Amino acid sequence: MTMPLSEAGLAVERHWRELAGRRRLYTAGGLIFLLVALSGSLWFANESNAGKFFDRLPHFFDFVDQMIPRDGLEVWRALFDLPSPYDDGSLKFDYPDGRMYLFDSSFYLPEYVYKMLETINVALVSTLIGFAFGFLLCFLAASNLVTQRWLRFFVRRFLEILRAFPEIVIAGFFLAILSMGAIPAIIAVSLHTIGALGKLFFEVVENADMKADEGLRAVGGNWPERVWFGIVPQVMPNFLSYALLRLEINVRASTIIGAVGGGGIGEALRLSISRTHEAKTIAIILLLFCTIVAVDQLSAWLRKKLVGEQAFGRGE
Amino acid sequence: MTSLSTADMQSIADRHPDVFTGSWRKSLKGWAIGAGLVAYLVFAWWFFAVGAVLAGGNWGIAGTYLADWVSYEIRPQIDFKDDRLDIGYPRFASYRADRHPEWLSFDQPAATAAAPAANKAAASRVTVEIDGRGRIEITPSSVRVSRGDETLDIAVAPEKSITIAGELPAWATQRAPGEKITVDFGFAGSAQIDADDVKIRHRFLGWENFVFDANSPFWGKSTGEVFALVVSGDRLDPRRSNAALAWDNIVNNSEWQHGDVWTKLLQTIVMAFVGTLFASLLAFPLAFLAARNITRNRLVNQVAKRFFDFLRSVDMLIWALFFTRAFGPGPIAGISAIFVTDTGTFGKLYSEALENIDDKQREGMRSVGASPASVQRYGVVPQVLPVLISQSLYFWESNTRSATIIGAVGAGGIGLKLWEAMRTNSDWENVAYMVLLILAVVFIFDNISTALRHRLIGGKSSH
Repeated sequence: MTMPLSEAGLAVERHWRELAGRRRLYTAGGLIFLLVALSGSLWFANESNAGKFFDRLPHFFDFVDQMIPRDGLEVWRALFDLPSPYDDGSLKFDYPDGRMYLFDSSFYLPEYVYKMLETINVALVSTLIGFAFGFLLCFLAASNLVTQRWLRFFVRRFLEILRAFPEIVIAGFFLAILSMGAIPAIIAVSLHTIGALGKLFFEVVENADMKADEGLRAVGGNWPERVWFGIVPQVMPNFLSYALLRLEINVRASTIIGAVGGGGIGEALRLSISRTHEAKTIAIILLLFCTIVAVDQLSAWLRKKLVGEQAFGRGE
Repeated sequence: MTSLSTADMQSIADRHPDVFTGSWRKSLKGWAIGAGLVAYLVFAWWFFAVGAVLAGGNWGIAGTYLADWVSYEIRPQIDFKDDRLDIGYPRFASYRADRHPEWLSFDQPAATAAAPAANKAAASRVTVEIDGRGRIEITPSSVRVSRGDETLDIAVAPEKSITIAGELPAWATQRAPGEKITVDFGFAGSAQIDADDVKIRHRFLGWENFVFDANSPFWGKSTGEVFALVVSGDRLDPRRSNAALAWDNIVNNSEWQHGDVWTKLLQTIVMAFVGTLFASLLAFPLAFLAARNITRNRLVNQVAKRFFDFLRSVDMLIWALFFTRAFGPGPIAGISAIFVTDTGTFGKLYSEALENIDDKQREGMRSVGASPASVQRYGVVPQVLPVLISQSLYFWESNTRSATIIGAVGAGGIGLKLWEAMRTNSDWENVAYMVLLILAVVFIFDNISTALRHRLIGGKSSH
């Protein structure tokens, strides 16, 4: 049984219908806009690609087929630089040529393991440099520690520029000066890391508990003492945790920078894929995959030890 | 308030010595970490041969490359011939034998002089003004360079020798007597003088021919003149209007390639947009399978989660190289790479969001006998949708930046163009232009995505 609504009730219902209708209209409009943008984008992407999507799709599986090595053991031979029975003198099967002999000629590091180590070291050194400078700069950007507006403004803009500037351009610039090698990659990744960590760090500092700082100010501590004894002990676990997250990102970033001229495993991967060296490619992908998983797991474990179950964004 | 006397403080310190002397273990730990770091950095220095690489770097050229970002050079070359001077410019330069910059003036040679090569202009005397700071006067037998109140006179025997009259000023250098002389005017340029020719490099702040290149009929005209031509001038090209001609000249500017750069930039934007959107659409249903509290099947959860981990850990670079090989260079490869990597990332983030939902709304739906689909639609989706969209928006912005980088390995977009411009080592101004465009796009998208996210989740950011 329904009661006829009062005058006020009818007004409320009418208003509700109006709102719901408008909401539906907005949703439909948004979806139509998204759909138009999407189909336009897809058409444009397909038009400007070297191969058209539907023409290339059958060849996609040809390519996957090409990426299967002659036998499964070839991958292990490529990974550990063991001689291949298919060796015909071409670059494709020259696995033992890449050996890196240490100390004497009895012990060697396989080529790709060495290159992977190089890439990991690029990431590690860049994270350390980024941490050191981000640490030094973040206190100057925190509004609870620095009262001079202009200094904060300057440091924050500086960090923003470092973060937003495309890494690849910095790498390219130093590649032009220093020629090929890992150092341009280190410089590029470090500069980006300073910007990224600096921003995350000053946000942590701004959320710090200021009671310790007050206490130090009360007993006449100067600015460096207040920061070092009042703020640093509380923010250090979070800083380290962010740095570990950054390390995960930097392993990936230094691989990519490597592929465009920074050396290391990225370059090896790009070359082997473009030359269709299937066993080498799969060996590198396997190695890279295991390394990334291992670094992620290690960092997740350390972070859990440092800050407990607290969740973190990836902080680009 | 009472204050402690020194004696009181001393007695407190004596009673609690452990508070005032830190444990030796803790201080040792600090030293060990410091020593470890130093040892590692020394190792890294050796491993990457940092010293050797930095010493071997071509630092002299770095300043020129940096200056090229925001300035350009015009390089006339004046050849000594027996009875005349030939003025020439590099190929593809804005100036030609019949078009000279205003800071270079010359006198016509005597009628008896032999004709120069087709791309050169003959002169009996050339005067070059460098920004009022310096001046170079050249005749077939002499060069006079002045900077400030100092003057350098050089006698030239064409194609044989040069001889300096008097002392070399501080701003001029010569390796050995008789060899070429380099004259430095600071940022404004330099000149190189030897027995064959004088090479002048005059540097100007700004981007040369940014709007119209030297082949365009609009080249060298002021904004007002161009505007007047476009609005009411006679047709420069009878086949089309001046506005169409001007637009065509801008888009096809041979030095800046505006049309191509904009297309490539649009490709990068499209790659990030489509890749992120498709990844969100695919990750959304998969996340329901991965969430423990929604799909009550341990095996399915684990399979879905490991699948996400796999997609994420294979890394965007590998996917980019892989799809570039498969689809050919272009944005489809980039879209595929972003799509695959982000399906993994979104799957993980979405399933975590789903696992953190409030269960009461689902219970409510179930208690009124809703179908399983309705339970998800009205009990789960309204809670998580703003968070999920917010995460997608966040990644949309950061993917725009990633799309630039993977473009450089061939996955389409502005990355490859940027990389090619850097590899030539002579187009740093184009690099600066593209970097500015990328920064502008990232900045705009950052603001749009932040604004949308704030509207969605009401002011507090999820990251």
